[in-house]
Amino acid sequence: MGRLILRQFQGAGLEPVDLTIDAGECITLTGPSGSGKTRLLRAIADLDPRSGTALFDRQAVDETAPPEWRRHVGLLPAESHWWHDRVAEHFTGSGTRLLSELGLDEACLEWQIARLSSGERQRLALARLLDRQPAVLLLDEPTANLDPENGARVERLVQHYAEQRGAAVLWVSHDPRQRRRVGQRHLIIRDRRIEAEAA
Amino acid sequence: MELIHLTPSDLSIPALLVLALAALSWRLRLGVERQLLIAALRSILQLLLLGLVLNTLFSQRAPLPILALALFMLMVAGYEVMARQKRRFRGPWGIGIGTLSMFISSFSITLLAVHLVVRVDPWYTPQYLIPLLGMLLGNTMSGMAIALDSLTREAWQQRGMIEAQLMLGENWDQAIREIRRDALRSGLIPIINAMAAAGVVSLPGMMTGQILSGSPPLEAAKYQIMILLLIAVGTGLGAIVAVWIGSRRLFDQRQRLRLDRLSGG
Repeated sequence: MGRLILRQFQGAGLEPVDLTIDAGECITLTGPSGSGKTRLLRAIADLDPRSGTALFDRQAVDETAPPEWRRHVGLLPAESHWWHDRVAEHFTGSGTRLLSELGLDEACLEWQIARLSSGERQRLALARLLDRQPAVLLLDEPTANLDPENGARVERLVQHYAEQRGAAVLWVSHDPRQRRRVGQRHLIIRDRRIEAEAA
Repeated sequence: MELIHLTPSDLSIPALLVLALAALSWRLRLGVERQLLIAALRSILQLLLLGLVLNTLFSQRAPLPILALALFMLMVAGYEVMARQKRRFRGPWGIGIGTLSMFISSFSITLLAVHLVVRVDPWYTPQYLIPLLGMLLGNTMSGMAIALDSLTREAWQQRGMIEAQLMLGENWDQAIREIRRDALRSGLIPIINAMAAAGVVSLPGMMTGQILSGSPPLEAAKYQIMILLLIAVGTGLGAIVAVWIGSRRLFDQRQRLRLDRLSGG
């Protein structure tokens, strides 16, 4: 269960914002390139300097140890990075159930990172994140490199995860149909301000 | 064996050879003749000046001027460590990390050596203190510079990998561990190689000097052993401290990777 609250929260180059994402809720975020979507997500994950405060489960970010905060508030960046040679070494649990839901074979855990395609990397990065069971998901264009079939798998898995674990989701997407499919509320960044997106 | 004194006319022979090299460089259009002559002139002036300063210090034997010279050498070494890095820490940290690590790697080790190993009395006897300090500073300096340069360069290049680990809830110490280990290894490898090749491939400078000035080769070898071992210890300790402080400085109190604390390079 996780509810994320932002109070006068300000990432680099953005106006302060008040926002609550309830447990199990998915909010989409869009805006032109360079408008600050990624910067907002990075600031919420406490990877960049920020002002204002964010609360998870009524605990403020500044009162939480940074690694603990980031274990609760999981960020999936647009481009994934890997630090071991093999896929399996990046997982803490077994991850096999997640892989099948993403249309990946269990054998891919033994693969070399260097051999992965960009689509495989993107799906495995999501599996790697969900494997650690964060209560808030910050997803930065999680289906950008995927074909429609695998894109649909990712949408289903995230929706399923949010329902089951009561996770709050902030989903950055450039695709208006995807935003309607996955989100209950829709936000857009215009001129540094974060506002509701017109239907 | 008697020390053979060199006269100015003796020195003019190698100087003429350098001039000939410069002429050759000009003839072949290598374009280095200017730099070559300036560097040669600098080395002549600096070494003569050092000889004069040491002559004075040796005859006076007052602790304060000796200590002042030692501190000056330390500061220059700290600056050199900073200057050799492509991406330096901004502000006072840049020179601070270099100077602190040189202090640990050379200053304290030299004091230990004159006090406990050579047991000179008083400990600031310049004939021992200044050459030993100079040897240690000159040789540990490159190790510090390589280690710090590797740390900052790798952190810059592998930003995505470090932050990916932070995003998944690892702490800063874990996220930089591999890079830190690589930096330490690359800082230590030159001195390990130097120890392995000593006496077989290379005749080390200190030993050469002592033999030329008439010391029995075995005595010279013992001094060389001492200095090599001290350099190894100094390089290791200094690099550990420099890399540890440097890697900590790459993260802020919220454990964010702060590459903005490095200069653009």
